[in-house]
Amino acid sequence: MVKFSAVAKRYPGGQEALQDVSFSLEAGELAFLTGRSGAGKSTLLKLIPAIERPSAGSVVVNGQNVASLKRAAIPYLRRNIGLVFQDQKLLYDRSVFDNVMLPLAFSAHAPKEAARRARAALDKVGLLGREKANPIQLSGGEQQRVAIARAVVNRPAILVADEPTANLDAESAQRILEIFVAFNQVGVTVLIASHDRSLVERYGKRVLRLEGGRIA
Amino acid sequence: MSAWIRQHGQALLQGLRKLSVLNALVIGVALSLPAAGYALIESLRPAGERLALEPRISLFLEPQARRTEVEALGARLRADRRIASVRFVPREEALKEMSEVQGLSEVIGALGRNPLPDAFVVTSKQDIAGELAKLPGVAHVQADAAWARRLAAAAAIAQLGVAVLAALLGAALVAVTFNTIRLQILTQRDEIEVSKLLGATDSFIGRPFYYLGLLQGLVGGVVALAIVGAALGLLNREVRVLAESYGSNFRFGFLPLSEAGLLVLLAGALGWVGAWLSVGRQLREIEPR
Repeated sequence: MVKFSAVAKRYPGGQEALQDVSFSLEAGELAFLTGRSGAGKSTLLKLIPAIERPSAGSVVVNGQNVASLKRAAIPYLRRNIGLVFQDQKLLYDRSVFDNVMLPLAFSAHAPKEAARRARAALDKVGLLGREKANPIQLSGGEQQRVAIARAVVNRPAILVADEPTANLDAESAQRILEIFVAFNQVGVTVLIASHDRSLVERYGKRVLRLEGGRIA
Repeated sequence: MSAWIRQHGQALLQGLRKLSVLNALVIGVALSLPAAGYALIESLRPAGERLALEPRISLFLEPQARRTEVEALGARLRADRRIASVRFVPREEALKEMSEVQGLSEVIGALGRNPLPDAFVVTSKQDIAGELAKLPGVAHVQADAAWARRLAAAAAIAQLGVAVLAALLGAALVAVTFNTIRLQILTQRDEIEVSKLLGATDSFIGRPFYYLGLLQGLVGGVVALAIVGAALGLLNREVRVLAESYGSNFRFGFLPLSEAGLLVLLAGALGWVGAWLSVGRQLREIEPR
Protein backbone atom coordinates (compact mmCIF):
# COMPACT_ATOMS: atom_id res chain seq x y z
CA MET A 1 0.00 0.00 0.00
CA VAL A 2 2.87 2.33 0.94
CA LYS A 3 6.44 1.57 -0.10
CA PHE A 4 9.50 3.74 0.58
CA SER A 5 12.68 2.72 -1.30
CA ALA A 6 16.01 4.40 -0.46
CA VAL A 7 14.28 7.71 0.17
CA ALA A 8 16.29 10.83 0.97
CA LYS A 9 15.00 14.34 1.60
CA ARG A 10 17.23 17.39 1.60
CA TYR A 11 15.70 20.78 2.29
CA PRO A 12 17.03 23.82 0.47
CA GLY A 13 20.00 24.96 2.50
CA GLY A 14 21.48 21.48 2.72
CA GLN A 15 19.63 20.17 5.78
CA GLU A 16 19.26 16.37 5.50
CA ALA A 17 15.87 15.41 6.94
CA LEU A 18 15.77 11.79 5.73
CA GLN A 19 18.49 9.44 4.50
CA ASP A 20 18.12 6.03 2.91
CA VAL A 21 14.66 5.30 4.32
CA SER A 22 13.14 2.01 3.14
CA PHE A 23 10.06 0.27 4.50
CA SER A 24 6.69 -0.90 3.30
CA LEU A 25 3.22 -0.97 4.78
CA GLU A 26 0.89 -3.74 3.66
CA ALA A 27 -2.75 -3.01 2.96
CA GLY A 28 -4.73 -3.18 6.22
CA GLU A 29 -1.62 -2.76 8.42
CA LEU A 30 -1.35 -0.36 11.37
CA ALA A 31 2.10 0.97 12.23
CA PHE A 32 3.51 3.61 14.53
CA LEU A 33 6.33 5.94 13.60
CA THR A 34 8.34 7.08 16.61
CA GLY A 35 11.41 9.16 17.24
CA ARG A 36 12.43 12.42 18.90
CA SER A 37 11.20 15.70 17.53
CA GLY A 38 13.47 16.60 14.65
CA ALA A 39 14.08 12.95 13.77
CA GLY A 40 12.18 13.40 10.48
CA LYS A 41 8.74 11.96 11.34
CA SER A 42 6.77 14.88 9.89
CA THR A 43 8.91 14.95 6.77
CA LEU A 44 8.38 11.25 6.20
CA LEU A 45 4.60 11.58 6.58
CA LYS A 46 4.49 14.59 4.24
CA LEU A 47 6.02 12.52 1.46
CA ILE A 48 2.98 10.21 1.34
CA PRO A 49 0.39 12.82 0.21
CA ALA A 50 3.04 14.66 -1.86
CA ILE A 51 3.12 17.72 0.43
CA GLU A 52 6.88 17.28 0.05
CA ARG A 53 8.72 15.44 -2.72
CA PRO A 54 11.70 13.16 -2.06
CA SER A 55 15.17 14.31 -3.19
CA ALA A 56 16.08 10.73 -4.02
CA GLY A 57 14.43 7.31 -4.01
CA SER A 58 10.84 6.42 -4.64
CA VAL A 59 7.62 6.65 -2.63
CA VAL A 60 4.92 4.39 -4.01
CA VAL A 61 1.40 4.91 -2.66
CA ASN A 62 -1.39 2.71 -3.92
CA GLY A 63 0.70 1.72 -6.94
CA GLN A 64 1.59 5.31 -7.90
CA ASN A 65 5.09 6.72 -7.61
CA VAL A 66 4.49 9.98 -5.75
CA ALA A 67 7.97 11.28 -6.57
CA SER A 68 7.16 11.65 -10.25
CA LEU A 69 3.49 12.55 -9.92
CA LYS A 70 2.34 15.57 -11.94
CA ARG A 71 1.08 18.56 -10.00
CA ALA A 72 -2.40 18.20 -11.46
CA ALA A 73 -2.66 14.56 -10.28
CA ILE A 74 -1.88 15.32 -6.63
CA PRO A 75 -5.49 16.21 -5.57
CA TYR A 76 -6.69 12.80 -6.73
CA LEU A 77 -3.90 11.06 -4.77
CA ARG A 78 -4.87 13.00 -1.63
CA ARG A 79 -8.54 12.04 -1.89
CA ASN A 80 -7.51 8.49 -1.14
CA ILE A 81 -5.40 9.47 1.89
CA GLY A 82 -6.97 10.67 5.14
CA LEU A 83 -4.70 13.22 6.82
CA VAL A 84 -4.79 14.10 10.52
CA PHE A 85 -2.49 16.81 11.88
CA GLN A 86 -1.25 17.73 15.31
CA ASP A 87 -2.91 21.15 14.95
CA GLN A 88 -6.14 19.70 13.45
CA LYS A 89 -6.38 22.42 10.76
CA LEU A 90 -10.12 22.86 11.30
CA LEU A 91 -11.94 25.90 9.91
CA TYR A 92 -13.41 28.00 12.69
CA ASP A 93 -15.76 30.00 10.49
CA ARG A 94 -18.18 27.07 10.15
CA SER A 95 -19.84 24.31 12.12
CA VAL A 96 -18.41 20.88 12.95
CA PHE A 97 -20.76 19.40 10.37
CA ASP A 98 -19.59 21.76 7.60
CA ASN A 99 -15.96 20.99 8.45
CA VAL A 100 -16.62 17.32 7.86
CA MET A 101 -18.57 18.12 4.68
CA LEU A 102 -15.61 20.00 3.16
CA PRO A 103 -13.90 17.05 1.39
CA LEU A 104 -17.25 15.90 0.00
CA ALA A 105 -17.80 19.21 -1.80
CA PHE A 106 -15.10 18.52 -4.38
CA SER A 107 -15.62 14.81 -4.80
CA ALA A 108 -19.04 15.35 -6.39
CA HIS A 109 -21.43 13.55 -4.06
CA ALA A 110 -25.15 14.24 -4.17
CA PRO A 111 -26.07 16.55 -1.25
CA LYS A 112 -28.16 13.95 0.61
CA GLU A 113 -25.52 11.26 0.26
CA ALA A 114 -22.83 13.72 1.39
CA ALA A 115 -24.82 14.70 4.51
CA ARG A 116 -25.44 11.04 5.30
CA ARG A 117 -21.72 10.26 5.04
CA ALA A 118 -20.75 13.24 7.17
CA ARG A 119 -23.15 12.14 9.93
CA ALA A 120 -21.86 8.57 9.73
CA ALA A 121 -18.26 9.82 10.09
CA LEU A 122 -19.20 11.99 13.09
CA ASP A 123 -21.02 9.05 14.60
CA LYS A 124 -17.89 6.87 14.36
CA VAL A 125 -15.87 9.40 16.36
CA GLY A 126 -18.71 9.85 18.87
CA LEU A 127 -19.56 13.45 18.02
CA LEU A 128 -22.93 13.16 16.29
CA GLY A 129 -24.55 15.33 18.97
CA ARG A 130 -22.12 18.21 18.38
CA GLU A 131 -22.52 18.65 14.64
CA LYS A 132 -24.01 22.16 14.91
CA ALA A 133 -21.32 23.42 17.31
CA ASN A 134 -18.40 25.56 16.21
CA PRO A 135 -15.11 23.67 16.58
CA ILE A 136 -13.82 26.43 18.89
CA GLN A 137 -16.43 25.35 21.49
CA LEU A 138 -14.98 21.84 21.58
CA SER A 139 -12.16 20.45 23.73
CA GLY A 140 -8.81 19.59 22.16
CA GLY A 141 -9.66 15.89 22.05
CA GLU A 142 -13.04 16.56 20.49
CA GLN A 143 -11.47 18.83 17.88
CA GLN A 144 -9.01 16.08 17.01
CA ARG A 145 -11.95 13.69 16.60
CA VAL A 146 -13.63 16.15 14.21
CA ALA A 147 -10.39 16.18 12.22
CA ILE A 148 -10.46 12.38 12.10
CA ALA A 149 -14.08 12.39 10.94
CA ARG A 150 -13.08 14.81 8.17
CA ALA A 151 -10.13 12.57 7.21
CA VAL A 152 -12.26 9.43 6.89
CA VAL A 153 -15.45 10.88 5.39
CA ASN A 154 -14.26 10.10 1.85
CA ARG A 155 -13.48 6.50 2.95
CA PRO A 156 -9.75 6.63 2.12
CA ALA A 157 -7.67 3.46 1.93
CA ILE A 158 -4.88 5.06 3.98
CA LEU A 159 -4.94 7.16 7.16
CA VAL A 160 -1.86 9.20 8.02
CA ALA A 161 -1.71 10.98 11.37
CA ASP A 162 1.08 13.29 12.53
CA GLU A 163 1.26 13.44 16.36
CA PRO A 164 -2.53 13.30 16.75
CA THR A 165 -2.30 12.97 20.53
CA ALA A 166 0.55 15.39 21.27
CA ASN A 167 -1.51 18.10 22.96
CA LEU A 168 -4.00 15.83 24.70
CA ASP A 169 -4.36 14.38 28.17
CA ALA A 170 -3.81 10.63 28.55
CA GLU A 171 -7.50 9.73 28.48
CA SER A 172 -8.28 11.75 25.32
CA ALA A 173 -5.11 10.42 23.66
CA GLN A 174 -6.13 6.85 24.30
CA ARG A 175 -9.62 7.49 22.92
CA ILE A 176 -8.10 8.93 19.73
CA LEU A 177 -5.82 5.93 19.28
CA GLU A 178 -8.73 3.56 19.81
CA ILE A 179 -10.59 5.28 16.99
CA PHE A 180 -7.61 4.68 14.69
CA VAL A 181 -7.47 1.04 15.75
CA ALA A 182 -11.20 0.70 15.00
CA PHE A 183 -10.68 2.06 11.47
CA ASN A 184 -7.77 -0.31 10.99
CA GLN A 185 -10.01 -3.21 11.99
CA VAL A 186 -12.32 -2.46 9.05
CA GLY A 187 -9.38 -2.61 6.63
CA VAL A 188 -7.91 0.92 6.53
CA THR A 189 -4.11 1.12 6.39
CA VAL A 190 -2.95 3.41 9.21
CA LEU A 191 0.36 5.15 9.93
CA ILE A 192 0.59 7.21 13.11
CA ALA A 193 3.57 9.32 14.14
CA SER A 194 4.05 9.77 17.89
CA HIS A 195 6.94 10.60 20.20
CA ASP A 196 5.13 8.96 23.14
CA ARG A 197 6.69 5.46 23.22
CA SER A 198 4.81 4.22 26.28
CA LEU A 199 1.48 4.94 24.59
CA VAL A 200 2.62 3.28 21.38
CA GLU A 201 3.98 0.13 22.99
CA ARG A 202 0.66 -0.55 24.72
CA TYR A 203 -0.87 -1.65 21.41
CA GLY A 204 1.71 -4.25 20.40
CA LYS A 205 1.71 -3.06 16.80
CA ARG A 206 4.61 -2.61 14.41
CA VAL A 207 6.85 0.34 15.34
CA LEU A 208 9.15 2.16 12.91
CA ARG A 209 11.79 4.13 14.79
CA LEU A 210 13.43 7.14 13.16
CA GLU A 211 16.78 8.43 14.42
CA GLY A 212 18.53 11.32 12.75
CA GLY A 213 16.64 10.77 9.52
CA ARG A 214 17.29 7.02 9.33
CA ILE A 215 15.16 4.01 10.23
CA ALA A 216 16.81 2.51 13.33
CA MET B 1 -23.37 15.97 -15.40
CA SER B 2 -25.68 16.88 -12.54
CA ALA B 3 -22.65 16.91 -10.23
CA TRP B 4 -20.93 19.31 -12.62
CA ILE B 5 -23.93 21.63 -12.65
CA ARG B 6 -24.23 21.44 -8.87
CA GLN B 7 -20.56 22.30 -8.37
CA HIS B 8 -20.83 25.28 -10.72
CA GLY B 9 -24.07 26.36 -9.05
CA GLN B 10 -22.37 26.28 -5.65
CA ALA B 11 -19.36 28.19 -7.00
CA LEU B 12 -21.67 30.80 -8.53
CA LEU B 13 -23.49 31.17 -5.22
CA GLN B 14 -20.20 31.57 -3.35
CA GLY B 15 -19.08 34.17 -5.87
CA LEU B 16 -22.38 35.99 -5.43
CA ARG B 17 -21.97 36.02 -1.65
CA LYS B 18 -18.53 37.58 -1.96
CA LEU B 19 -19.73 40.25 -4.38
CA SER B 20 -19.11 43.70 -2.94
CA VAL B 21 -21.50 46.50 -3.89
CA LEU B 22 -18.72 49.02 -3.41
CA ASN B 23 -16.41 47.33 -5.92
CA ALA B 24 -19.18 47.04 -8.49
CA LEU B 25 -19.87 50.74 -7.97
CA VAL B 26 -16.20 51.66 -8.49
CA ILE B 27 -16.17 49.67 -11.73
CA GLY B 28 -19.50 51.17 -12.79
CA VAL B 29 -18.31 54.74 -12.26
CA ALA B 30 -15.08 54.03 -14.16
CA LEU B 31 -16.91 52.49 -17.11
CA SER B 32 -19.61 55.16 -17.20
CA LEU B 33 -17.07 57.77 -18.38
CA PRO B 34 -16.18 56.19 -21.74
CA ALA B 35 -19.74 54.90 -22.15
CA ALA B 36 -21.16 58.40 -21.73
CA GLY B 37 -18.51 59.84 -24.06
CA TYR B 38 -19.43 57.27 -26.66
CA ALA B 39 -23.16 58.01 -26.32
CA LEU B 40 -22.54 61.77 -26.73
CA ILE B 41 -20.37 61.32 -29.84
CA GLU B 42 -22.84 58.90 -31.38
CA SER B 43 -25.65 61.41 -30.83
CA LEU B 44 -23.70 64.21 -32.45
CA ARG B 45 -22.45 62.14 -35.38
CA PRO B 46 -25.50 62.52 -37.69
CA ALA B 47 -25.26 66.32 -37.37
CA GLY B 48 -21.55 66.25 -38.08
CA GLU B 49 -21.80 63.88 -41.01
CA ARG B 50 -24.35 66.05 -42.80
CA LEU B 51 -21.81 68.84 -42.84
CA ALA B 52 -18.66 66.93 -43.49
CA LEU B 53 -19.53 64.90 -46.59
CA GLU B 54 -17.96 66.84 -49.45
CA PRO B 55 -16.52 70.27 -48.97
CA ARG B 56 -19.12 72.58 -50.47
CA ILE B 57 -18.76 76.12 -51.81
CA SER B 58 -21.83 78.31 -52.20
CA LEU B 59 -21.70 81.11 -54.78
CA PHE B 60 -24.39 83.74 -54.19
CA LEU B 61 -25.08 85.85 -57.28
CA GLU B 62 -25.79 89.56 -57.62
CA PRO B 63 -29.54 90.07 -57.05
CA GLN B 64 -29.85 91.93 -60.36
CA ALA B 65 -27.95 89.35 -62.43
CA ARG B 66 -29.57 88.58 -65.79
CA ARG B 67 -30.59 85.12 -66.92
CA THR B 68 -27.96 85.02 -69.71
CA GLU B 69 -25.20 86.03 -67.31
CA VAL B 70 -26.26 83.29 -64.92
CA GLU B 71 -26.27 80.70 -67.71
CA ALA B 72 -22.81 81.77 -68.88
CA LEU B 73 -21.47 81.45 -65.36
CA GLY B 74 -23.04 78.00 -65.03
CA ALA B 75 -21.40 76.84 -68.25
CA ARG B 76 -18.05 78.15 -67.07
CA LEU B 77 -18.31 76.36 -63.73
CA ARG B 78 -19.29 73.08 -65.38
CA ALA B 79 -16.28 73.35 -67.67
CA ASP B 80 -13.89 73.72 -64.73
CA ARG B 81 -12.15 70.39 -64.11
CA ARG B 82 -11.38 71.11 -60.48
CA ILE B 83 -15.08 71.23 -59.71
CA ALA B 84 -16.74 67.86 -59.01
CA SER B 85 -20.36 68.91 -59.22
CA VAL B 86 -22.44 71.98 -59.88
CA ARG B 87 -25.98 72.56 -58.74
CA PHE B 88 -28.01 75.66 -59.56
CA VAL B 89 -30.36 76.81 -56.82
CA PRO B 90 -32.85 79.38 -58.08
CA ARG B 91 -33.98 81.93 -55.55
CA GLU B 92 -37.52 80.45 -55.46
CA GLU B 93 -36.18 77.04 -54.58
CA ALA B 94 -33.88 78.46 -51.92
CA LEU B 95 -36.88 80.18 -50.35
CA LYS B 96 -38.83 76.95 -50.40
CA GLU B 97 -35.95 75.00 -48.81
CA MET B 98 -35.52 77.58 -46.16
CA SER B 99 -39.20 77.73 -45.27
CA GLU B 100 -39.06 74.01 -44.60
CA VAL B 101 -36.55 74.56 -41.82
CA GLN B 102 -38.45 74.70 -38.58
CA GLY B 103 -38.97 78.12 -37.09
CA LEU B 104 -37.92 79.99 -40.20
CA SER B 105 -41.19 79.72 -42.15
CA GLU B 106 -42.84 82.37 -39.99
CA VAL B 107 -39.93 84.69 -40.41
CA ILE B 108 -39.99 84.32 -44.20
CA GLY B 109 -43.74 84.73 -44.30
CA ALA B 110 -43.36 88.03 -42.50
CA LEU B 111 -40.85 89.32 -45.05
CA GLY B 112 -43.38 89.53 -47.88
CA ARG B 113 -40.89 89.29 -50.75
CA ASN B 114 -38.04 86.86 -51.48
CA PRO B 115 -34.80 88.33 -50.14
CA LEU B 116 -32.66 85.45 -51.45
CA PRO B 117 -30.42 85.59 -54.51
CA ASP B 118 -29.85 82.82 -57.07
CA ALA B 119 -26.96 80.58 -56.13
CA PHE B 120 -24.63 77.88 -57.39
CA VAL B 121 -23.56 75.13 -55.03
CA VAL B 122 -20.36 73.47 -56.19
CA THR B 123 -18.29 70.75 -54.59
CA SER B 124 -14.57 70.69 -54.93
CA LYS B 125 -11.74 69.13 -53.00
CA GLN B 126 -9.53 72.07 -53.84
CA ASP B 127 -9.44 75.43 -52.16
CA ILE B 128 -10.79 77.58 -55.03
CA ALA B 129 -13.24 79.74 -53.09
CA GLY B 130 -11.12 82.89 -53.49
CA GLU B 131 -10.84 82.44 -57.22
CA LEU B 132 -14.57 81.86 -57.66
CA ALA B 133 -15.39 85.03 -55.76
CA LYS B 134 -13.74 87.07 -58.53
CA LEU B 135 -15.99 85.70 -61.28
CA PRO B 136 -18.38 88.24 -62.81
CA GLY B 137 -21.90 88.22 -61.34
CA VAL B 138 -20.80 86.57 -58.08
CA ALA B 139 -21.66 88.68 -55.05
CA HIS B 140 -20.49 86.47 -52.23
CA VAL B 141 -18.79 83.10 -51.72
CA GLN B 142 -19.18 80.88 -48.69
CA ALA B 143 -16.95 77.86 -48.25
CA ASP B 144 -18.00 75.46 -45.52
CA ALA B 145 -15.03 73.22 -46.30
CA ALA B 146 -12.76 74.75 -43.74
CA TRP B 147 -14.99 74.43 -40.75
CA ALA B 148 -16.37 71.08 -41.88
CA ARG B 149 -12.81 69.84 -41.86
CA ARG B 150 -12.28 71.36 -38.43
CA LEU B 151 -15.42 69.67 -37.14
CA ALA B 152 -14.35 66.32 -38.55
CA ALA B 153 -10.93 66.73 -36.93
CA ALA B 154 -12.50 67.65 -33.61
CA ALA B 155 -14.79 64.63 -33.81
CA ALA B 156 -11.82 62.37 -34.54
CA ILE B 157 -9.95 63.78 -31.54
CA ALA B 158 -12.99 63.22 -29.30
CA GLN B 159 -13.36 59.67 -30.56
CA LEU B 160 -9.70 58.95 -29.95
CA GLY B 161 -10.04 60.44 -26.48
CA VAL B 162 -12.97 58.15 -25.70
CA ALA B 163 -11.06 55.15 -27.05
CA VAL B 164 -8.00 55.93 -24.91
CA LEU B 165 -10.24 56.48 -21.88
CA ALA B 166 -12.01 53.19 -22.52
CA ALA B 167 -8.71 51.31 -22.81
CA LEU B 168 -7.34 52.90 -19.61
CA LEU B 169 -10.46 52.26 -17.58
CA GLY B 170 -10.76 48.75 -18.99
CA ALA B 171 -7.25 48.12 -17.67
CA ALA B 172 -8.34 49.67 -14.37
CA LEU B 173 -11.25 47.23 -14.25
CA VAL B 174 -8.85 44.30 -14.67
CA ALA B 175 -6.59 45.74 -11.96
CA VAL B 176 -9.46 46.34 -9.53
CA THR B 177 -10.72 42.79 -10.02
CA PHE B 178 -7.21 41.40 -9.71
CA ASN B 179 -6.73 43.12 -6.40
CA THR B 180 -10.19 42.33 -5.02
CA ILE B 181 -9.63 38.68 -5.69
CA ARG B 182 -6.08 38.73 -4.37
CA LEU B 183 -7.37 40.08 -1.05
CA GLN B 184 -10.28 37.67 -1.07
CA ILE B 185 -7.90 34.74 -1.58
CA LEU B 186 -5.63 35.99 1.21
CA THR B 187 -8.53 36.13 3.67
CA GLN B 188 -9.45 32.57 2.72
CA ARG B 189 -5.90 31.30 2.85
CA ASP B 190 -6.62 28.77 5.62
CA GLU B 191 -9.60 27.33 3.83
CA ILE B 192 -7.68 27.05 0.57
CA GLU B 193 -4.72 25.38 2.26
CA VAL B 194 -6.94 22.84 4.03
CA SER B 195 -8.91 22.21 0.83
CA LYS B 196 -5.67 21.46 -1.01
CA LEU B 197 -4.65 19.00 1.72
CA LEU B 198 -8.00 17.25 1.42
CA GLY B 199 -7.70 16.85 -2.34
CA ALA B 200 -9.38 19.88 -3.94
CA THR B 201 -8.15 20.69 -7.44
CA ASP B 202 -7.00 24.19 -8.33
CA SER B 203 -9.94 24.61 -10.68
CA PHE B 204 -12.38 23.72 -7.90
CA ILE B 205 -10.77 26.21 -5.52
CA GLY B 206 -10.53 28.91 -8.19
CA ARG B 207 -14.06 28.57 -9.54
CA PRO B 208 -15.88 30.83 -7.04
CA PHE B 209 -13.26 33.52 -7.69
CA TYR B 210 -13.76 33.32 -11.46
CA TYR B 211 -17.47 33.76 -10.90
CA LEU B 212 -16.78 36.63 -8.53
CA GLY B 213 -14.69 38.42 -11.18
CA LEU B 214 -17.28 37.79 -13.87
CA LEU B 215 -20.21 38.92 -11.71
CA GLN B 216 -18.37 41.98 -10.47
CA GLY B 217 -17.70 43.02 -14.07
CA LEU B 218 -21.27 42.36 -15.19
CA VAL B 219 -22.79 44.27 -12.28
CA GLY B 220 -20.25 47.06 -12.85
CA GLY B 221 -21.36 47.23 -16.50
CA VAL B 222 -25.02 47.48 -15.51
CA VAL B 223 -24.18 50.18 -12.96
CA ALA B 224 -22.31 52.09 -15.70
CA LEU B 225 -25.38 51.94 -17.97
CA ALA B 226 -27.60 53.16 -15.15
CA ILE B 227 -25.23 56.08 -14.50
CA VAL B 228 -25.12 56.99 -18.22
CA GLY B 229 -28.92 56.73 -18.48
CA ALA B 230 -29.45 58.94 -15.46
CA ALA B 231 -26.84 61.49 -16.59
CA LEU B 232 -28.26 61.72 -20.12
CA GLY B 233 -31.77 62.07 -18.69
CA LEU B 234 -30.64 65.04 -16.61
CA LEU B 235 -28.68 66.51 -19.52
CA ASN B 236 -31.58 66.13 -21.95
CA ARG B 237 -33.85 68.18 -19.71
CA GLU B 238 -31.59 71.17 -20.31
CA VAL B 239 -30.82 70.23 -23.92
CA ARG B 240 -34.54 70.13 -24.71
CA VAL B 241 -34.99 73.71 -23.58
CA LEU B 242 -32.01 74.83 -25.67
CA ALA B 243 -32.94 72.78 -28.75
CA GLU B 244 -36.56 73.88 -28.71
CA SER B 245 -35.50 77.50 -28.75
CA TYR B 246 -33.86 76.66 -32.10
CA GLY B 247 -36.91 74.74 -33.28
CA SER B 248 -35.03 71.45 -33.08
CA ASN B 249 -36.06 68.30 -31.29
CA PHE B 250 -32.45 67.19 -30.76
CA ARG B 251 -31.79 64.93 -27.76
CA PHE B 252 -28.78 62.95 -26.64
CA GLY B 253 -29.67 59.34 -27.31
CA PHE B 254 -28.89 56.45 -24.94
CA LEU B 255 -26.48 53.79 -26.23
CA PRO B 256 -28.10 51.46 -28.77
CA LEU B 257 -29.32 48.30 -27.03
CA SER B 258 -26.78 46.07 -28.79
CA GLU B 259 -23.90 48.28 -27.68
CA ALA B 260 -25.24 48.55 -24.15
CA GLY B 261 -25.33 44.75 -24.05
CA LEU B 262 -21.81 44.62 -25.47
CA LEU B 263 -20.57 46.96 -22.74
CA VAL B 264 -21.97 44.70 -20.01
CA LEU B 265 -20.50 41.58 -21.62
CA LEU B 266 -17.15 43.22 -22.14
CA ALA B 267 -17.08 44.36 -18.51
CA GLY B 268 -17.86 40.80 -17.45
CA ALA B 269 -15.11 39.44 -19.68
CA LEU B 270 -12.55 41.90 -18.31
CA GLY B 271 -13.58 40.95 -14.77
CA TRP B 272 -13.03 37.32 -15.66
CA VAL B 273 -9.58 38.14 -17.06
CA GLY B 274 -8.69 39.96 -13.82
CA ALA B 275 -9.83 36.94 -11.83
CA TRP B 276 -7.90 34.58 -14.08
CA LEU B 277 -4.66 36.54 -13.67
CA SER B 278 -5.15 36.73 -9.91
CA VAL B 279 -6.24 33.15 -9.23
CA GLY B 280 -3.49 31.65 -11.37
CA ARG B 281 -0.81 33.50 -9.44
CA GLN B 282 -2.20 33.19 -5.94
CA LEU B 283 -3.22 29.55 -5.90
CA ARG B 284 0.26 28.44 -6.89
CA GLU B 285 1.70 30.38 -3.98
CA ILE B 286 -0.58 28.79 -1.38
CA GLU B 287 0.86 25.34 -0.91
CA PRO B 288 0.48 23.43 2.35
CA ARG B 289 3.76 22.91 4.21
